[in-house]
Amino acid sequence: MSELTLQERRTAASVRLEWGLVALGVAALIAAPFFIYPIFVMKMLCFALFACAFNLLLGYTGLLSFGHATFFGGAAYFCAYAVKAWGWPPEAGILLGMGGAALLGLVMGFLAIRRQGIYFAMITLALAQMFYFFCVQAPFTEGEDGIQGVPRGSLFGIVDLNVTMNMYYVVLAIFLIGVFAIWRIVNSPFGMILRSIRENENRAISLGYSVGRYKLAAFVMSAALAGLAGATKAIVFQFATLTDVTWQMSGEVILMNLLGGIGTMVGPVVGAGLVVGLENTLATSGFPVTIATGLIFMVCVLVFRRGIVGEIYARWLAPAAAGRDR
Amino acid sequence: MTMIFGIPIQALLGQLLVGLINGSFYAMLSLGLAVIFGLLRIINFAHGALYMLGAFIGYLLLVHVGIGYWPALVLVPLAVGLFGMAVERAALSRLYRIDPLYGLLFTFGMALVIEGVFRFYYGVSGNPYAVPALLAGGTNLGFMFLPNYRGWVVLASLVVCIGTWLLIEKTRLGSYLRAATENPELVQAFGVNVPLLLTLTYGLGAALAGLAGILAAPVYQVSPLMGSDLIIVVFAVVVIGGMGSILGAIVTGYMLGLAEGLTKVFYPEASNLVVFVIMAIVLLLRPAGLFGRDA
Amino acid sequence: MSEPLLAVRDLHAWYGEGQALHGVNLDVFRGETVTLLGRNGVGKTTTLRAIMGLVRKRTGSVTFNGADLIGLPLHRVAHQGIGFVPEERGIFATLTVDENLILPPVVAKGGMSVDEIFELFPNLKERRNSPGTRLSGGEQQMLAIARILRTGVQMLLLDEPTEGLAPVIVQRIGELLATLKKRGMTILLVEQNFRFAARIADRFYLMEHGKVLEAFPVGELGAHTELLHEVLGV
Repeated sequence: MSELTLQERRTAASVRLEWGLVALGVAALIAAPFFIYPIFVMKMLCFALFACAFNLLLGYTGLLSFGHATFFGGAAYFCAYAVKAWGWPPEAGILLGMGGAALLGLVMGFLAIRRQGIYFAMITLALAQMFYFFCVQAPFTEGEDGIQGVPRGSLFGIVDLNVTMNMYYVVLAIFLIGVFAIWRIVNSPFGMILRSIRENENRAISLGYSVGRYKLAAFVMSAALAGLAGATKAIVFQFATLTDVTWQMSGEVILMNLLGGIGTMVGPVVGAGLVVGLENTLATSGFPVTIATGLIFMVCVLVFRRGIVGEIYARWLAPAAAGRDR
Repeated sequence: MTMIFGIPIQALLGQLLVGLINGSFYAMLSLGLAVIFGLLRIINFAHGALYMLGAFIGYLLLVHVGIGYWPALVLVPLAVGLFGMAVERAALSRLYRIDPLYGLLFTFGMALVIEGVFRFYYGVSGNPYAVPALLAGGTNLGFMFLPNYRGWVVLASLVVCIGTWLLIEKTRLGSYLRAATENPELVQAFGVNVPLLLTLTYGLGAALAGLAGILAAPVYQVSPLMGSDLIIVVFAVVVIGGMGSILGAIVTGYMLGLAEGLTKVFYPEASNLVVFVIMAIVLLLRPAGLFGRDA
Repeated sequence: MSEPLLAVRDLHAWYGEGQALHGVNLDVFRGETVTLLGRNGVGKTTTLRAIMGLVRKRTGSVTFNGADLIGLPLHRVAHQGIGFVPEERGIFATLTVDENLILPPVVAKGGMSVDEIFELFPNLKERRNSPGTRLSGGEQQMLAIARILRTGVQMLLLDEPTEGLAPVIVQRIGELLATLKKRGMTILLVEQNFRFAARIADRFYLMEHGKVLEAFPVGELGAHTELLHEVLGV
């Protein structure tokens, strides 16, 4: 999907502006729980991290996974189970979730990178559905009910996560660490190679890169970070259910990216905020969420493929790149 | 009672029949996907939704207009095909020049909307659709009891699949289609209206999905959710078969239905996983798919 | 003098960002065989493709038989009476020889019947049921020309018909083009094989850098030897 992602050529002024906006955003997030219902903001943050993890794969490697719910929801199950059944502390549960997601990512990625493009998407979707059926049948997920009543516990035995504000700042910290990690990956030499694969896979092969390994590495990293988000969500909401492993969830994270802007750092965050906000609004209105998300999908694909942040970049921040982008 | 591997033969044959029925639908749907993908380079995520649409139109025709099964068998594919053509003209035709993944995303959104609309108005519970009187009851084949309607579904889907195959391989229209799959620009430069051909092709694929839907209505319950789970299995079928060959899509569809039926007999817990497991194995051993020509 | 059958005026064309034609002007009169000469990459193929509308990004005017081709959708162009034989021949692998032959729709009366074509190309008849790409290179080229002859077009755009073919086959194609010419077919030919072109063409356009550098009839070939040496390196 490289043709519509942004050129990474920007002016010094726009870089300064970006950092200013990032600082402003972080400040807003620190202040947010005093103005907005904290649980809601935490939900947004978890989904935003999930969306950013997904973007590492789609936006920067050019791989469309239709199965990322496996990592998000799978990690939630692992974490919830470890914390509830084995009495693990939350940090260990989250790490286990992340590790489990990475492992699932390794298996799914290993199979899926054997095919490209549209087939890659279908394979990930099918494997995720397989995981879904597994979760439906496996006893540890407690079937339709899900794992309920997961204790939040206290972080490192010190910070009591049952205090909402504590929980909030831990989630914020996890979110910032996760996004920072993605930012570092994307801007590392490794990230450059990922981008060259996205731009032209055959050229990357002819340059001597073992493209398969890079793709797999990106897939596993993306899965692990998606797992971080899912496991954190399980601690925040104290449950893990089938909802998070459905194909609808895999679709939702694609929508967040598409709406916000594929291949931009901020886009997935904005997209996640909007999608979660929209769902919250619709939940009380009686208008079916699926219809709304479906319509947004269609509109985005037809007329708005850069997404909100992508459009802003293209129009105001990188006018030089805009012309080339068509 | 005759036993095979400790399983009563009646149960075995019964499950194989169920598998064959499922396989009939896999075959018809993956055939449609392959036809659409061949020419339009779009993976039609909405294929399951169109199948559901077909079943629902049949149901609504019966309940609200009193139009029965047999006329519906003609009207439903027509309606779904026309709907598909309208969608192709209005939207899909704008996506041909960009990454095919966008086509997948668009049709995904479309599937959500179609499904969402029916869920909104009809809820998630299934609505029964009676077997037409002509095909009610069953036939004793000596070794097993065959419900007539199920036999009809297998027969009808075979006819549909073979008919579509003949249309593509043996007719002039089919030769346009095959040529345009290889090199659409040149075919258009020869004076063939390729944009129209694309519209008709999507219409044909949609009509096949609609036909599968109305055939399925008396077998399964008519429900807004009947398409979305099915489409993912069909995607796996398509990955296993590879979309390079029409015949490959058909054969793979039936084979996997049977494999699923067999699994139900011997290891029922895995019956809804088996297609995915086979997909994983095929990816390991033969990444291009069983009949795949394109990587 | 009568109106040209094909008139190209100030034709510009682009591939993506790159400009390939910078204002091509040329005329082809009814019954003529005209050859575009020039080195690789000067825009000969692009000129043919831009006339057909296969290159979409183009400006200027292309008039055929009085009708403007630029405004037409791609599939309407052939129906004006132009047939195109691409450089890569465009034989379809999933179609039999027969199917390849009858693929292009008939656009006007006066085309050859399938029987006539098989008389002219007995090889094709023998292999009518085998896949198109099983044919030899020469047979594929024959098929690529033959299928256009069926359509009844008045004009052929031929892109390098002799490329990569054995001398015997090249000679057969030369004879074929001579036959077509006698039957009144108008031909615009792109050809690297200068000696081949010299035998059958009535006029030449020499192209360089996406433009026509020089136009001259076959009679003035001698007078242009030096220029041709310089531009083509032959």
